[in-house]
Amino acid sequence: MMGNLLEHMGVDRNRLHFSWISSAEATKFVDVVKEISDKVRALGTTKKFAKDYTK
Amino acid sequence: MDTCIEKIKAICTDLFSKGEVEKVIGFAGGSIPMATRPIAVTSEADVEKLVFNAFCGLNLANYVTKNNLPKDGAKIAVVAKGCDARNLVTHMVENQVPRDQVYIIGVPCTGMADKRRIAQRFEDEITQCTQDGDTFTVTSALQQEVIAKKDVLRHNCQYCTHRNPPVYDVMAGEPVEEQILDQPFPDVDHIASMDPETRWDHFAELTKNCIRCYACRNACPLCYCPTCFVDESSPQWVGKGQDETDITTFHFLRAFHCAGRCTDCGACVEACPMGINVRDFTRKLNKDALDLFGWEAGMDLDRRPPLDVYSPDDPDDFIK
Repeated sequence: MMGNLLEHMGVDRNRLHFSWISSAEATKFVDVVKEISDKVRALGTTKKFAKDYTK
Repeated sequence: MDTCIEKIKAICTDLFSKGEVEKVIGFAGGSIPMATRPIAVTSEADVEKLVFNAFCGLNLANYVTKNNLPKDGAKIAVVAKGCDARNLVTHMVENQVPRDQVYIIGVPCTGMADKRRIAQRFEDEITQCTQDGDTFTVTSALQQEVIAKKDVLRHNCQYCTHRNPPVYDVMAGEPVEEQILDQPFPDVDHIASMDPETRWDHFAELTKNCIRCYACRNACPLCYCPTCFVDESSPQWVGKGQDETDITTFHFLRAFHCAGRCTDCGACVEACPMGINVRDFTRKLNKDALDLFGWEAGMDLDRRPPLDVYSPDDPDDFIK
C-alpha cells in the first residue's frame, strides 16, 4: 500500500523496491542493493522527495 | 436530524439521572455561524448545551483516548455519527479504550455541510445560518440565500456508505438508508488516470499552501501517539519548515500512518485552515485497503486490521 500511494503521488515505481531479506542472507542483500543502484542510476536524478539545500 | 437532538438530550438526562456515565462528549454551539465545538457535559444541568446539526464535522472519537478515560473504570458517553462510531471501534480494536468504558449514543447521519462551499456563494461574511431540516437559511450583510443541504454536502459525506454507526449502545433515531455507490472512489480514479508527472504536480499544487500547523493531525482520532514523528527531534525524521520536500514527506507519512485505519470522516479537511483536501492522500489508501483486503476500518470489533495480521493470501507481488 505504501508503494501504491507513492506511485499514486507520481513517484516512478522503478525507483521503489521491496525485498524480503533475512539477516543471514548477506550475499542476497548485496546483490539486491547492487541491482537497485544500477537500475536507479540508469533512471537518472530526480527532484521528487529530494531536498534542495542550495535554496 | 432535527428530532435527533431531542433524543440525544433525553438519553443524556437519563444516563446522568441513573449515574451510568461520568460525562457525555458531544457538540455544543459555536461562537460564529456554521460552527460547533466539542463539549464534555458532566451534569444533567448542562445537557441543554448540546446541539446536533449539519456542522458537527469534527470527529468526537478524538476526545476518547486512553489518557482521558476515568481512571476508576467509570463510563463516558459519546455522541457518535457513523464515522465517529467507526473510529471508536478502531480505538477498541487497537486496545486504546475498553468497550465497557464507552457508551455509544449512535446518531443516524445524513451528512455534514461543507461550510467552505456555502461561504463560496457569498461575497461578504456570513452573519447567520439557521438549519431547518434539510435546508439552510444563510444571511450576510448583502444577501440571504436558502440552500439545500444536498447541494453543499461535504465530499466525504457524499461518498459515505456507513451513515449509521455499526456499533452502538443506543440509537438516537431510526437508522437512515445507506447509499450504494457504483463508483465509491471517483476522485482517486481521476488522479490515477493522470500521468505520473501530472500526479506529482497535482499533489505539489494541493499542498503548496500548507503552513505545517498540524491541525489535520490534531483533528484526527487515529493520531494518538504521545510524540508524533514530526515532533521528534532525535532523530529528526522530517524537516520542520515549509520546504516543499518536507511538506510532501509530512503529508505522505501522515497519510500512511492511517493506512487501513482511516474511516474517511473528513475531520482533517474540516480542521485545515488553508482548505487543503488532505483526503486525496488517505482516500488512495482506503481504496487499496478495500480492493486488496476487502477492508473498511471500524466496522467490526472482532476482526483484526489487514496491516496488523499476516495471512498467506496477502498480496505479495510487490516483493521481489
